[in-house]
Formats: sequence, structure tokens, C-alpha cells
Amino acid sequence: MSRRQFTRRRFLATTAAASAVAIGAPYVRTSRAAGRLSVGFWDHWVPGANDTLTAICQEWAKKENVELKIDYITSQGNKIMMTATAESQAQSGHDVLQFLAWYPLSLAKSLEPLDDVMGGLLKQNGKVSPAIEYLGRSEGHWLGVPAVTGTQVKPPCARIDLLKSQCGIDVQAMYPAGRPPTRDAEHWTWDNFVVAAEKAFKAGNPFGLGLGQTTDSVDWVGSLFASYGAQLVDAKGNITVKSDAVRRVLEYSQRLVKALPPDVFAWDDASNNRYLISGQGSLIFNPPSAWAVAKRDNLKVAEQLWTFEMPKGPQGRYAPFLPFLWGVWKFSKNKPAAKSLLAHLLQRQNVERIVNASGGYDIPSFESMRDFKVWEQVEPPKGTVYHYPPRTQVTWMAGAPAPASIAQQMYVQAINTKMIARCTQGGDSIDKTIGWAASELEGYMRS
Amino acid sequence: MANGVVQAARLSVPRRRRSGRRLARHKSTIAFLMALPLIALIAALVIYPALYSLHLATLNKSMERFVGLGNFAFLFKRELFWMVIKQTVIFALSAVIFKALIGFVVAHFVHNIPAKGQRKWRGMLLVPWVIPPAMSTLAWFWLFDPSYSAFNWVLTRVGLDAVPWLGEPLWARFSVILVNVWYGAPFFLIMYLAALKSVPEQLYEAAAIDGANWWQKIWYITLPMMRNIIAITVLFSLIVTFANFDIVRILTNGGPIDQTHVFATWAFQLGIEGGDLPLGACVSLFMFPILGVAAYFILRDINRRGTEA
Repeated sequence: MSRRQFTRRRFLATTAAASAVAIGAPYVRTSRAAGRLSVGFWDHWVPGANDTLTAICQEWAKKENVELKIDYITSQGNKIMMTATAESQAQSGHDVLQFLAWYPLSLAKSLEPLDDVMGGLLKQNGKVSPAIEYLGRSEGHWLGVPAVTGTQVKPPCARIDLLKSQCGIDVQAMYPAGRPPTRDAEHWTWDNFVVAAEKAFKAGNPFGLGLGQTTDSVDWVGSLFASYGAQLVDAKGNITVKSDAVRRVLEYSQRLVKALPPDVFAWDDASNNRYLISGQGSLIFNPPSAWAVAKRDNLKVAEQLWTFEMPKGPQGRYAPFLPFLWGVWKFSKNKPAAKSLLAHLLQRQNVERIVNASGGYDIPSFESMRDFKVWEQVEPPKGTVYHYPPRTQVTWMAGAPAPASIAQQMYVQAINTKMIARCTQGGDSIDKTIGWAASELEGYMRS
Repeated sequence: MANGVVQAARLSVPRRRRSGRRLARHKSTIAFLMALPLIALIAALVIYPALYSLHLATLNKSMERFVGLGNFAFLFKRELFWMVIKQTVIFALSAVIFKALIGFVVAHFVHNIPAKGQRKWRGMLLVPWVIPPAMSTLAWFWLFDPSYSAFNWVLTRVGLDAVPWLGEPLWARFSVILVNVWYGAPFFLIMYLAALKSVPEQLYEAAAIDGANWWQKIWYITLPMMRNIIAITVLFSLIVTFANFDIVRILTNGGPIDQTHVFATWAFQLGIEGGDLPLGACVSLFMFPILGVAAYFILRDINRRGTEA
């Protein structure tokens, strides 16, 4: 009689399968009874990524005998936001919908609590990103689970050659492929960042950091504020903009803006990508979409791109994070099936398939899932996005830690980039800028 | 016999009147029934949303409490709200004035082109108006692109400085107005051209015999004859320009530093992106009284002229 050896690998596989069954089981039984489920997912820009998500969902639907209908909704023209708002108003629409960062909290009344799903997933997968805790929970209840597709961080994506030759920074030495950051990365601070920006500007290849009102700009500035400990509103909803930390960030920005292209105040989310891909810029803050497009359109630039961690400030290293969440409407007629599907999607093997299909663009919000092979494998150059998933940085949502209803206004009104624009391009003093921000923030306190 | 004929004639008059009245009643019923689908459409897509937004504007942010005019009072205290009013008025007035002027001048040029080639020119000049504005504005956005503007490329080639089209508040305002004028001027052109064609040629001939110069012909013949069309066109364009969304949204998204926001873009940002539907509804409702006043004065003038005529 041959006995199969119980290896570590087999143990892990068995445990994962058992957990998947355990988490899905309570919903699966009843989902057989109700036959239909309608889902609205974000329409992924990476070719083929939607197909993988569809395949995973259909596998589940076949197994559970559910008639599944999937719509892919673009975020172009804010369609996905408007769909969420319209369905919430009409109390009718999909059963499951993908929400952009703030929406689970702002539409909390219409959403089904997902404590049972999330509780199981947390037990199975461990810690979730703090930004997801901030955006997915309200009054102790989970209103959304972290979506894999579309969730992204926006760390530096820089030219290896230009940073080395113009700024004297070897990014691959700080952040080697397949290995943790070296000691050199300790010097990757905001103080050294501005010095490098000035050198790059003088050399004719400035850093391309947008200061407009779109998410790329708001997100990186949010991380800059956080790494200096500069909060505009605290977690209790008190206005805290009149602080030394905020003043310090604005003083820093006044210096940094001088080393940026003069038109950064008009940049949108595509401007920084174009700036880097054209070969003019030497560093931007962005997910690897810029690299992916460069790989297609300007291979010479792509071969020189390296993605790595954000600079560190006095309060730490904060990665700009912009997640999507999946939620279930209260009006859904098939909540058990909806929950079952979400639990299925967030199984490690499924998350890995989704991340692989996006070429590593999508970031899993469970910290234990940031070790997928895809980030080591994609090239050129080999390991270019190995440091894209935040492993040692704090993932940060601009506007945090303010209560979500206030933070959402701060975010969409882009108060942080406007503060920088006022005290630089606008010519206002720092005191006047802070006074203006305080008055704006008072306006966001409506309940 | 004669008596009988007279009596029959007497009897037939009220009967004809009665049947005429019935027919009239019948006709108006048919007309009403035929218009009913349109009335239903307007009720569903215009009146209901308008009333619903009025209702929304009286709720608190979480839409759980009635706050009466609280949202309006809140807006009055916001510096940005007054800035948006000012910007919308500047945007709408300047765009409409330039559209009207350009439309008027170009309509005269086209009117003076021989009939044979006129159709070609009319077609070409209408192109900006028939392209969906979201698409054409994207093309403009690329022309103004902060880093790779085609205009700046030309300017730098001829030794001039690049212009921050969308990056500096004044230039950004200029750019959104320019695109609006480019898009809307053909509408004025076609309306004015139609009006010009309806001015009797004899009036100009008579004026020429009296020794009137071109300016006098325009001032004393063309303008008075076109007054109603001008007024209607201006009113219509004012309403559309005041409520413009796509051009500002695509070109500047209200920036830099909120200096190009108009009512519609700010309402969208507050209501949809910011999750504050009541305040967004409140902002968009402010367009109504402002446009109502403009419509009242313009239509009153048209009415008065109609009565005088």
C-alpha cells in the first residue's frame, strides 16, 4: 500500500480549498434556490482582463446553478459613478456593483452589510489594507469587499538611465528586482526627492507630477501630506489645517513646483503618462499603465522604466492608493448568491488569475496576496514592477483620516492640490492659503 | 314655398354652426391626442425631473431630513458659489456675444456668395455644429494640451512663447469661451442666413436709390427686419450656453483653482462626484431664475414688437 506524503504544499492547497468551501458554503446552499444574479463590474482597460473575470464568475455560476449576467461599466465620463448614484436613487439595478472608493460609504443606506463575507475572508487571507478598512466600513459594518480589478497604487515610475545620469540615483540598487529594498532606500526621502527634481529640471527632463484636480494629482499629494503628518481634518471631523505640518508641506511644495513643468496645474490623469512615454519626463507617480503603453508605443523608454516605493517623509512612507470595492444592494433579490460570488472572487487563486490577467496592474487589498509571481516576471526590464505592490509602505487614501462624508468632498474638490496651486501659481501666501482651506473645509461639514 | 325656403335657411344656420363647433371640438381633441405622446415625454423627462430636483434641493445631505431653503442659504455663504455665478455669466454672455457677431458677419458673407456655390459653403460652415461637442472638444483639448499643444508648437516655431492655454486662469477662461464660440457660431450663422434671405430685396433697392450706404442699409433695413430672429437666437443660445457642461468638463474640469467652473460642472462635482445630491440639485436650480429673467425680457420685447406690427 502506497502512502502519499503530506507535503507543505499539499497542506496549503487543502487548507485553501477547505476555507473556500467554508466561506462560500452558507450562501451556496440558498443560492441554488434563487436563480438569477446581475453584476456590474468596472470595464478594465487591459485587453483580456474582463474575459478572465467573466470566466471566474461563470465557473462559479455553473457550479452554483445561477443564471449570471455581467455588465462591464466604463469609468470614462464617470459612468460607473453615475450608475451607482442612479441605482441607489432608483433602488433598482444590478445585484452586485463595483464602486469607486468613496461610494460604499456615501451610499451606505442602500448597501447590504457584508460582515459575514468579509469576516470569513479576513480569517482566511489575513489583514486588509488600512485604506480598505477606512473606505469599506461604516459604524462597525462592512459595506463593501475590496475589488481586485481596478484597485491601484501610484508609486514613482522613473527612468533608470536619467535618474542615474542626472540625479545620481540608482533606483535598481535601492529597489532590486525580486528582493526587498536595500539600505540605500532609506535615503529615498522627500527631502532628497526635491533635490533630484531640481537636478532633473536643470537637465531638461523634469519630474512630471500633476497638480490638477483629477485622481492622479490628488492621490500623490495626499500621500505627500500624510508622510509629513499633515491632516486637514482629523478622524473626529475637527478642522486641523492650521498646523505646522501643513505649513511645512506647503513650503516644501513651493520649492518643488519650481522644478516641475509650468503646466502641471492643467494636467489630467493622462498627461503624466504622455510626459513619461514621450521621453521628456524622468519620473511620474502612476500605476504601471504608463509602462504598459510605453512598451507598446515607445519600447526604448519602457526598457528604462522602473517602479518603486514612494519617498519617505518624517511620518513614514505612504503609497497613494485608489481602490474599488464590490458591494451588494439592499434591494438585491439574490443576496445569498451575491455574497457567494464575492467570496468566490476573493479566493487567493482567483485573485491571482485576475491580477495575472491585468499584467500586474490590479493590486489585491489583502496584504498576504502581494507576493504573486507576475510582478517578478513582467518585462522589460525584468522586475520592472516588482516593487509596485506596496509591501512595506502604508497604503493611503487622500482625504483620510477625515470622516468619509467630509473626506469625499475634500477629494473630489481636490482641496490639497488647490492649496498648492494657490500658494504657488496663485501667488497667495501660505497663511492666506491655509485660511482659504479652513473656510472651504467648514463648507464640507454639512450633514 | 318662399317661406319654406327661408325657414329652411334659418334652420340650417344654427345646425351648421353646431356641427362646425363639434368639428372644432373634435379637431382640438385629435390635436390633443396627437400631442399627447410628446406631452407625456415632456412630463416624464422634463417636468418630473424638475420637480424632483426641487424636492431634492430641500433635503439635507443624507437626504433624510427636510431643510427647506437651508441649502440655498448655505450656498449664499460660499465664496465659490459667487465665483461660479460670476464665471457662468462671463462665460455665457461673452460666448453668446461673439457667436452672434461672428454668425452675423459670416451670414452676410455667405449671403453674398452666388447661389451656385453657396450650398457648399453653408455645409462646410455648419460642420462644427454637427460634430458631437464631446468629440470636437476632445480635439480642442489636444490642440491645447498642456505639454504637447499643437498651437504652442506653431507659436514656438515662429519664435513666440508657448501659451498656458489651460493652465492659467485667464487663458483657461479664454479657451473654454473660444471653443464654445467655435461650436455655437454656425447655429447663429444659419439662423441669420435664413432671416437675411427673407428680407425683401426691394427695400435695399429703394434704400440704394435714396443714397443709403452699406452701414445705413444694415442699420435701417437688415437689423430691424432680423430683430426677432436675433432675439430668439440669442435667447436660445443663452440658455444652452448657460447650461453648458461638456466643454468645460472636458477642457478644464473647472480648473485651474476653480476658475472656469460653471453651474453645470460645479453641480456635477458636488452632486455626483461629491455624493451631495441635494446641494448639486440646488446649484443647478440657480440657473432657472437667472434664465427666467432673461427669457422674460427677451420674449416681452418680441411680443411688444409683434403687437406694434
